[in-house]
Amino acid sequence: MSFLPYAVAVWLFVAGLWGVVASRNLVRTVLCLSVVQSSTYVLLLGVGYRSAGRAPIVADVPVVSKLVDPTVQVLVLTDIVIEATVIALLLALVVQAHKRFGSVDPADLRPLRD
Amino acid sequence: MPHVSALPIVTPFVAATALVAIRPLARHWLDDLIAVAVAAAVIALCAVLLYRSGSQPVTYWMGGWRPSHGVTIGISLSIDPLGAGLAAFSAVLVLAALIYSLRYFDAAGGLYHALVLLFGGAMAGFCLTGDLFNLVVFFELMGTVAYALTAHRIEERAPIQGAINFAVTNSIAGYAMFIGVALLYARTGALNMAQIGAALDAHRADPLVVVAMAVLFAGFLTKAAAVPLHFWLADAHAVAPTPVCVLFSGVMIELGVYAVARLYWVMFAGPMHPHLIALRAILVAIGVTTALTGAVMCFLQRHVKRLLAFSSISHVGVFICGLGLLGHRALAGVAVYVIGHGLTKAALFLCAGVLLHRFATIDEFELHGRGRELRAVGIAFALGGVLLAGAPPFTLFAGKSLIEAAASGSGYGWLIAVFTVVSALTAGAVLRVAGRVFLGWGPASGPDPQQARAARERVDELRDAREHTPRTMVAVPVALLAAAIAVALIPGAVPAIERAAARFTDHGAYAAWVLRGAGVHWPAIAPSHVSFDDVLYGLLSSGGALALAALALFGAPLRASLPGSLRAGLATAVAGLRGLHSGHVGDYVAWWTAGASALGAVCLLALG
Repeated sequence: MSFLPYAVAVWLFVAGLWGVVASRNLVRTVLCLSVVQSSTYVLLLGVGYRSAGRAPIVADVPVVSKLVDPTVQVLVLTDIVIEATVIALLLALVVQAHKRFGSVDPADLRPLRD
Repeated sequence: MPHVSALPIVTPFVAATALVAIRPLARHWLDDLIAVAVAAAVIALCAVLLYRSGSQPVTYWMGGWRPSHGVTIGISLSIDPLGAGLAAFSAVLVLAALIYSLRYFDAAGGLYHALVLLFGGAMAGFCLTGDLFNLVVFFELMGTVAYALTAHRIEERAPIQGAINFAVTNSIAGYAMFIGVALLYARTGALNMAQIGAALDAHRADPLVVVAMAVLFAGFLTKAAAVPLHFWLADAHAVAPTPVCVLFSGVMIELGVYAVARLYWVMFAGPMHPHLIALRAILVAIGVTTALTGAVMCFLQRHVKRLLAFSSISHVGVFICGLGLLGHRALAGVAVYVIGHGLTKAALFLCAGVLLHRFATIDEFELHGRGRELRAVGIAFALGGVLLAGAPPFTLFAGKSLIEAAASGSGYGWLIAVFTVVSALTAGAVLRVAGRVFLGWGPASGPDPQQARAARERVDELRDAREHTPRTMVAVPVALLAAAIAVALIPGAVPAIERAAARFTDHGAYAAWVLRGAGVHWPAIAPSHVSFDDVLYGLLSSGGALALAALALFGAPLRASLPGSLRAGLATAVAGLRGLHSGHVGDYVAWWTAGASALGAVCLLALG
C-alpha cells in the first residue's frame, strides 16, 4: 500500500488551510475551503483502496473477485453532497457581502468593530 | 411500535420540507401552527423515548439491518436516557423559540419555520444516533442550517459577516472530523460507535488512535466553542435572530460537549484507560482557559447579545472541566448544569430580544434607564442573573455542586475557585446590565462609544421601534425561568440524572446492549447530597456577582483611585484580548489551526 494518497491528503488539508488563512478574497476563501475538503475524499478513498481491486459493482462479476471498499465511496458521496450545500450557501453569502460591503476582502468585513 | 425511535428525527424533516413545498399557498398562521404543533409532538416523542430507555436502553436499526455476531453494517439509533433527555431538552427550546417567534417577527415566512424545524430534527438525530459517520453528518446538517439562520437578516451587514465566519470555521471543524472518521474506519473497519469501541478495546493507544481522537475532539470542541476554537461564536450569536440565539446558546454548543463525552466513553475509554490522568489534565486545562477567557470577555462587552454569547463560552468552559474529570458524578453535574444554563440563558436572550424589539438597539449604554417601563422583563432579567450566579438551591447550583464535589474527589479542588470566579463575572455582567437598563443606575455613557452603532438592529423593515411588547414575548422567558428554578427542586430529578450519567459512562454495557441486544442490569447509584460547603460556594459566587455589578455601576471613583501604571497595564491587556477577536475569518482559522495542532501535539506526547 502506497503512502502517496495519505501524503496528498495531508498536503491538500494544509495547503487549503493556508489558503483560507492568507486569503484576501472571500471567493478564494470558499474555494480553499473546498480544497481542504478534497483532502477528506482522498483520505477516505485511500483507506478503502485495495491494490488490483475492482470497482465495487457486484451485479455481473463473480462475488469472489477482489473489490475496493464500497463503504468509503458512499461516505465520499455524502461528503460531496454536504460540500455542495455548504459551498453554495457560502457563495450566496459572499455575493450578498459584495452587495452590502462593496468588497469581498475579509479585512473589510468588520461591522462589529466600528 | 419500534419505529417511534426514528420519529423525533423524521417528523421535523418531513414537516420542514412540507412547509417549503406549500409556500405558495401557505398563510402566516398555517406556518406557525404547523411548526408549533410539530415541535410539541417532537417533545412528546422524545419523552416517550426517555421513559422507555429509562428501564432498558433502545437500539433501533434503520431498515432492519441488524448486527450479526457483533458485526454491524446498518446504522443504529442507540438511545440511552441521557441522549433521549438531551433530545427532549433541545425540543423544548425549539418550541420556546417558535412560540416567541410568533410575535417577534412581523413577517417570518415559512422558510424560517422550516429551518428551525430542520435544526431541531438535526439536534435530535445528533443526540440519538449510535453511528459515528451519522453523528458527523448530523453535525454538518445542524451547522448548515445554523449558518442560514444566522444570516436570516440577509439585507444587513453584520449577519453576513457573522454567518461567513461561522460557516468557514465550523466547516473546517467538520472536515477534521471526517479525517478522524476515516482514520478510525481504517483501524477498525467499523462506523458504529459501539463496534469501534469494542475493536479499540483490544488496542493500546497507538498514534493513529490518538490522532483520530484529537481531530474528532478538536472538531466537536469547535462547535462547543472551546478557546481558542471559539472565535466564530460571538460574531454569530451577536447577529443571529434572538429566538435562534436561544437554540445556539441553550443547546447547540452544549451538543459539542455531549459528543466529546459520547465519543470518549463509547470508543476511547478502553485504549485511554491507562492515560486517564493525562487526558483529565488536558481537558481540564482546555476547560479552565475557556471558562476564564469567556468570563473576562463577557464582562467587557456593552453589546448585550455579545455579552451573553461570551457568557455561554465561559459556561461551556465549566462543562468541559466537568466532562474532563471523566467521572459519572461530574458528568451528572454537567447534565444538570446544561439544563439550568440552557433555560436561564434562553430566558436572558429572550429578554434581550424584548429590548431589541422595543427600542431597536441592544447597547447597554444607549438603553440606560429606558427599560424602566418594562418591569416584568427587568425582574426576569435580574432573576436570570441571580440564577446564573449559581444561587442555592436552584438548578445551576445543583449542577455546579455535583461538579465541585467530583472535582474535590479527583484532586482538582482548585476548580471550585475557578467556577466561583466564572459565575461571579458572568452573572455580575448580567446584573450590571439589569441595573443600568431597567433601573437607570450608573453612568449613561461608557467606553468605546463607537460600539453602540454595531448594537443597533431592526427586527423588521418598516419600523425602528415600537410602543408595545406582545405578551407571549414576556411569557416565554418567564416560563423558562420558572423551569430553571423548578427542575432541580423536583424530588428525584437530580438522582435520576445521576443514574442516567452512570449508565452513559458504562463502556462495557453500551457495547453489550447495542451490538448484542443484551439486557442490562444497572448497579444502584447512591444519590449525592448537597453539603454545607456547596451552599457556601453558591452564596459566595452570588455575592461576588452582586459586588462586581455594583462595582461596575458605581465604582468609577474607586477605579480612578487605582495607580496609573496598573490602569494602563489593565487597559493594554483588555485591548489585546479584544484585538484577538478581530472579526477576520483568516485570523480565526489561523487560531483554529494553532489550537487543533496544539491539542494533537499534546495528545501525542502525553497519551501516545
